[in-house]
Amino acid sequence: MTLLEGLRSTPAPLPAPVPIWHVEVTGEEWLAAARSVVAAGGRLVALWGSAADGLSVAAAYVIHAGLIWVELPLPASAPVYPDLASIFPAAGRMQRATADLLGICASGSVDQRPWFRHGAWPADYLPLHPGAGACEAGESIDYPFVKVAGDGVHEIPVGPVHAGIIEPGHFRFSVVGEKVLRLEERLGYTHKGIERRFTQLPPLEAHRLAGRISGDSTVAYAFAYCMALESACGCAIPERAAWLRALLLELERVANHLGDLGALGNDAGLAFGLAQFSRLREEWLRRLGEDFGHRLLMDRIVPGGVAADLDGPAAARLARHCDSLEREVRALRDIYEGHAGLQDRFIAAGRVTPALAGRLGLTGLAGRASGHAIDLRCDHPWPPYDRLAPGMATHRNGDVAARVTVRFEETQESLRLIREILGSLPNSALRREPQLPRGKTRGLGWMEGWRGEVLVALELEDGAIRRCHCHDPSWQNWPVLEHAVIGNIVPDFPLINKSFNLSYSGHDL
Amino acid sequence: MLRILKRIAQTGIRTEPAPPRADLPHEESLRIHRELLAILGDALTIRQVDAGSCNGCELEIHAVNNPYYNLEGLGIRFVASPRHADMLLVTGPVSRHMAEALRRVYAATPEPKLVVAVGDCGCDGGIFGEGYASCGRVANVIPVDFEIPGCPPPPLEIMRGILTLLRSKA
Repeated sequence: MTLLEGLRSTPAPLPAPVPIWHVEVTGEEWLAAARSVVAAGGRLVALWGSAADGLSVAAAYVIHAGLIWVELPLPASAPVYPDLASIFPAAGRMQRATADLLGICASGSVDQRPWFRHGAWPADYLPLHPGAGACEAGESIDYPFVKVAGDGVHEIPVGPVHAGIIEPGHFRFSVVGEKVLRLEERLGYTHKGIERRFTQLPPLEAHRLAGRISGDSTVAYAFAYCMALESACGCAIPERAAWLRALLLELERVANHLGDLGALGNDAGLAFGLAQFSRLREEWLRRLGEDFGHRLLMDRIVPGGVAADLDGPAAARLARHCDSLEREVRALRDIYEGHAGLQDRFIAAGRVTPALAGRLGLTGLAGRASGHAIDLRCDHPWPPYDRLAPGMATHRNGDVAARVTVRFEETQESLRLIREILGSLPNSALRREPQLPRGKTRGLGWMEGWRGEVLVALELEDGAIRRCHCHDPSWQNWPVLEHAVIGNIVPDFPLINKSFNLSYSGHDL
Repeated sequence: MLRILKRIAQTGIRTEPAPPRADLPHEESLRIHRELLAILGDALTIRQVDAGSCNGCELEIHAVNNPYYNLEGLGIRFVASPRHADMLLVTGPVSRHMAEALRRVYAATPEPKLVVAVGDCGCDGGIFGEGYASCGRVANVIPVDFEIPGCPPPPLEIMRGILTLLRSKA
């Protein structure tokens, strides 16, 4: 059986705990592969370019069998590839970013505006080319937002500096009265050159950079990076390390869901919710700080294993903390669900129907709240998830209320998983140092973070990083937010935005 | 409503009693509270600006408002506009794309215009350093009065930093 129709060469499996293949294609096969992914009900996870080994463009698709990394080599004289945005709308911004960083363009794409380049570097400077040195700032770009015309339509520009403790980005609302006709986002303000920075770091130290792509997902990124590196090195991690990594991933999920549930209550006018959940989150972070040495769990996942362990008493204490947290969250859920004023704000706000979610590729927890039952932990359970049978939280309403419900259910399930893991931690070493191979190798990490699937594609050559591409689920979900707010009132935007809680830094790189 | 009141009553005031563990940081936070009140009397307003951070520092800045640290309960408030602010808390390596916005925020802030750089990246560029898209430390873009290192600094360190700066200005 062929993995994907329309490919002449056979995809090669990469060593990894989840099913991943790599295949090199021709220009013709590039489009054929995309179409057969659609026909097979698959989806696009990421699109990026590389100048590591000549120019190439790559796409990561997920089909039933797993993930397939499709790479199309491009001639330096004409680095152009067939547009994918007409097939996968989410590809649009990724293609624009690829053009900004590498000068590799999608032919026939409708939107060719720069995305990452606001003017920090000149148009002819290509930051990810191997020879790119330092550069002076370029001319600031007067970004052409799409204009909405008509009687009584006006624009509200918001950002990049927002009115709160939030990351920077620009939102351009076109409104009539209070009603949003259109929202257009402009991101890239926190672009700080992470992918170039990767190529300046030793592979065995770059997990620290991966853990700072999006601070709220530090575990997921460090995990995905280490998975990619271990895949490239053909290194298997010790059993206890695999269990502890899953533990860290679930601890991070709980921390973020607690924070979001409080903030969502607050954005709907229930300050009580924020006080309660921020208290629970603080108690959780203190526990993590005490048990693992870092409140946000940064740098606990390292190449070849983990740099954290729990002894028996600490494990028992953490399990008891889970018990009491579960009781508290359940009580607060009852209050949230029984609070008419809160539900009035939550229900029907920022609705994304399952059909729209499918068309635009909504992913992660927001996707699950719109009927898309995708969760790597359930779809391709790797050790120890294969022993834990994680349950998936889904909902079909696709509104703020659904995204709140999914968070509540995932919190409960993560607390169950944490206790299961604590009860069956195997004994073994914590780390096996990967041996960096000579020559060229590649590896890919694919991980279900709390927000959705995180991907890291890594190319090594003689012990150095030639290219490291990191993908955040926010890439898929930011464009869907533009649709979610249509027809809602402006004052509901913060609530709707929070219900997605997307990463700026993870997207901007 | 009754259930909410019941839960509030059950929860009690978390800012006061010592927690079952780590009494030291808790007592420390109470001491910092008292000192802040003594210095400020009434109020300090802070505008937080993310100039390119990974959002880790933002998570810990949020935490200073939780019931355990309760900074806002002391009249030290985070405000929505630099025009209302006494102090800027700036995080990140400053991305080139945020440099202009940060300069404008600084220009819009009235005296005393205190600036605190929060986090290793804000202090020295951190792991991102300087590059084609990053200006590095906050002080490379606007004048900085005080630096709070850490990746990210925990809430108590953030509070301690604010206090230390105020003490030196008082």
